[in-house]
Amino acid sequence: MHQWDFASVLANREALLVGAIGTLRIFAICLVAGLSLGFIVGLGRYSRNRLFYWPATAFTEFFRNTPVLVQILWFYFALPILVPFSIGPLAAAAMGISLNSAAFSAEIFRGGIQSIDRGQWDGARAIGMTAGQAMRRIVLPQALRRMTPALTNRAIEIFKMSTLASAVAYVELLQQGKLIASLNFNPIEAYTAVAVIFFVCLWPLVQLTYVLERRLGRSE
Amino acid sequence: MTLLSLRGITKRFDGKPVLAGIDLDVARGERIAILGASGSGKSTLLRCVNFLELPDEGSVALDGETVGRRERELTRVRQRIGMVFQQFNLFPHMTALDNVMEGLVTVRRVAKAAARERAERELARVGLADKAAAYPAHLSGGQKQRVAIARAVAMDPELLLFDEPTSALDPELVGEVLGVIRALADEGRTMLLVTHELGFAYHVATRVIFLAEGRIHESGAPDEVLKAPRRERTQAFLRRHKEFSL
Repeated sequence: MHQWDFASVLANREALLVGAIGTLRIFAICLVAGLSLGFIVGLGRYSRNRLFYWPATAFTEFFRNTPVLVQILWFYFALPILVPFSIGPLAAAAMGISLNSAAFSAEIFRGGIQSIDRGQWDGARAIGMTAGQAMRRIVLPQALRRMTPALTNRAIEIFKMSTLASAVAYVELLQQGKLIASLNFNPIEAYTAVAVIFFVCLWPLVQLTYVLERRLGRSE
Repeated sequence: MTLLSLRGITKRFDGKPVLAGIDLDVARGERIAILGASGSGKSTLLRCVNFLELPDEGSVALDGETVGRRERELTRVRQRIGMVFQQFNLFPHMTALDNVMEGLVTVRRVAKAAARERAERELARVGLADKAAAYPAHLSGGQKQRVAIARAVAMDPELLLFDEPTSALDPELVGEVLGVIRALADEGRTMLLVTHELGFAYHVATRVIFLAEGRIHESGAPDEVLKAPRRERTQAFLRRHKEFSL
């Protein structure tokens, strides 16, 4: 029977804190970059203009159907050979995760916008709105409300995907957990601690999005 | 004086002609009721007037100026034409007041306070001053349609288009909406009204046109077209409509 002993983990709490900050940093970057790019790609997928539609579709299909881990490794080990500058672990991991998230969230944005009744466009255009105004003022606010659960899922996914950055030795929670486990021979406690920290960080965030969803749903 | 002039408007959907060459002149102050069987192109005609559908051929002139096809021109023309839809198309994420303010603030760039005042006046005019803070989901069909009318009228349109404004309403709610439209008619506003309410068309319209197969089949004063139609298809249409009336 294993004797649980978290003393060796607690002794390394500073290393875990550094890891948590690394995790939050890459999460923030990928959340903003992934969802913004996803929105733009989603608009391209929604567009009837081939000039926008085809590149957006190619992008989505490519990054949806290749593993994030492979992308990260590719950006870290392969890309620097092809381009004249070096790419750090953070940049490589952030690119892989952001592009993958963009591809998935693009489909959420496209679907959300498409789900809004055509009559809403009619109503907006009939009072003289431009297409941009109709999108910004009428369609997008309604679409975003419908997309909130799916986008929340995306955000959770991004948070957890950040652990893949450990593959290129980016300092985040899992990387620090690995380090602690190998130095103290306590993989059970170290990885348990990492899992618990993830849960403790994510669960309250998810609860917050439920509150947000309820507030957005107030007009129904 | 001619406000709206349609020449040779045609529209096909998937190759099937819906409008097959419509010529129509509308003078200021005229109220034209558009009748026709379902599929005769009534709604499409209305939607071609403010370019929610782009006609395949033909021209639309407003106030003597032919409207081009550039997006900017279409947007400007739509600002001068109000439209009320069968399904209301209110913005569900906004209160009744915000629905009416939206065009003023976003399109007309009216200051918030002035827009609010104007919107409150328009809501009061359709009898919904007390519903300003309500979201569309909490309004009856008749109330929704009255908000939609207030939203259109708030933009000071030179022409109002009504696309079967009472067809989606429970019978007991039709009256309140027709009352509001009637009041607008009494102000001398120019209107195109697609409707199945023949009695209302008779009392409110200054002219009635009957569409069949994408063309104006018969046109004239309400007394002529509705009481003594000359063409057989118009007669058959009216017979069907009157079959069960009292």
